Amino acid sequence: MRLPSSKQPARWAALVNRVSGVLLSLFLPVHFWAMGQALEGAARLDAFLAWTQQPAVHAAEVGLVVLLAAHFTGGLRLLALEALDWSAIGPWHKDLIAVAAGASLGVGLLFALNVF
Amino acid sequence: MTDPIAEEKRAMSRLKVSVWRGAEAGEYRSYEVPRQESQTVLDVVTFIQRYLDPTLAYRFACRVGMCGSCGMSVNGIARWTCRTHVTRVVNGDTLEIAPLRNLPVIKDLVTDMSGFFDKWAAAKGQFRSNRSRKDEFALVSPATPERRRADAGIECIGCGVCYSACDVVADNPAYLGPAALNRAWTLVNDVRDGANPERLRAVAGDAGCNACHTHVSCSELCPKQIAPTGSIAGLKRAVSLALLKGLL
Amino acid sequence: MNGAHPPVDGAGAAMDEARACLSRTRMQARLWLAQRLSAAVLALCVLVHLGTIIYAVRQGLSAEEILGRTRGNLTGFGFYLMFVAAVSIHAPIGLRAVFSEWFSWRGKSLDWALLAFALVLAVAGTRAAWGVFR
Repeated sequence: MRLPSSKQPARWAALVNRVSGVLLSLFLPVHFWAMGQALEGAARLDAFLAWTQQPAVHAAEVGLVVLLAAHFTGGLRLLALEALDWSAIGPWHKDLIAVAAGASLGVGLLFALNVF
Repeated sequence: MTDPIAEEKRAMSRLKVSVWRGAEAGEYRSYEVPRQESQTVLDVVTFIQRYLDPTLAYRFACRVGMCGSCGMSVNGIARWTCRTHVTRVVNGDTLEIAPLRNLPVIKDLVTDMSGFFDKWAAAKGQFRSNRSRKDEFALVSPATPERRRADAGIECIGCGVCYSACDVVADNPAYLGPAALNRAWTLVNDVRDGANPERLRAVAGDAGCNACHTHVSCSELCPKQIAPTGSIAGLKRAVSLALLKGLL
Repeated sequence: MNGAHPPVDGAGAAMDEARACLSRTRMQARLWLAQRLSAAVLALCVLVHLGTIIYAVRQGLSAEEILGRTRGNLTGFGFYLMFVAAVSIHAPIGLRAVFSEWFSWRGKSLDWALLAFALVLAVAGTRAAWGVFR
């Protein structure tokens, strides 16, 4: 596979969307299992949540939030590029990458500041 | 006794060019080519074939950026070599020249483009009139949105640069590719054409417009500044509408 | 399979092949559209979810905090069901492209595997939504 170069931001954006999507797909069953612990009663859910109160787990959570935000903002960019006429949106396709990246990191930071 | 400054000057005035020799199996061979003030990559390839190795096979025709025949991979990027100045792409003093990616190699820098054109046909990239000689002339205003959309893509001369640059073509052997899909889009927007919805059926699905992941390499590299990404996005919309209306 | 469909009028086997080819293409176009439509739904859900997450972690996550919000909350339950449905459509179709392009896994076996994954997500997700609602 040819990795994107610095002159190919859209290929980077596509790679980020793909990798984040795959990682989120792997995480989702785990997430559903964790929340499903509530079926065993509040105490079971609490036990799991207590385990998550470690810096390492919080750091991983920050990572997950960034992945979700990246996939979401990158995805919105794709929906815009596909739904709108290229003459209108095309010239902005690289700027939209910058906006998506900035927003993802911003959301990640906001989460990190609130979770630690 | 050699003059070190003169020697260094001589060394800097040569290009170390790595050129693909062989077919699918082969190797890169090195050549030293004198550097000129104003020099294109096609000049470099021509020099090698004329003065260093007459067995080198390569394609060109107009050499002035009109025909699209001289497409090659230069330092990994698909370009028209007659329109690529060495100073723009050289890595220090090295160049790597290879045949266009995603196409079978016949010999050295010459690729077999028949598959590329077969996909053009498979995408129904041919005009089919919706009127006969008995009808009035079609009146098509250049200012209509359809004509503007068609005009944005009709300058394509089938050079294959976009096809070579495309990751989806590389990963998906059935994918029709940016050039074929761009051509189909120009015809979808041609009010004189009567080949829809067969054409939309031809360009839908995993081998068609739905496989494009908007890497935009095609639009970034097209030497005629066409944006196949936009054309393919248009096809995605047209196919989806046809699907929802039960016309696909 | 390339984009050309043999003409659907013809004799016997060729006609069947053409119809099958066209029907596959239509299914692929439907999958693509479903993935994009579910993406639009998810855009809304993820926006709400990210906001909820950031708000919820401020006091530290606890079962009491989460369940206090979700227990008996019918709107919330409906929201999560919609979220689960959308992601059960969106993720497998997205993975379909990854597997076919990066691992050359194509065809019926992949489609069945992804359908199984979709069901896993739908069942586990609904179970989780119910778990925090009831």
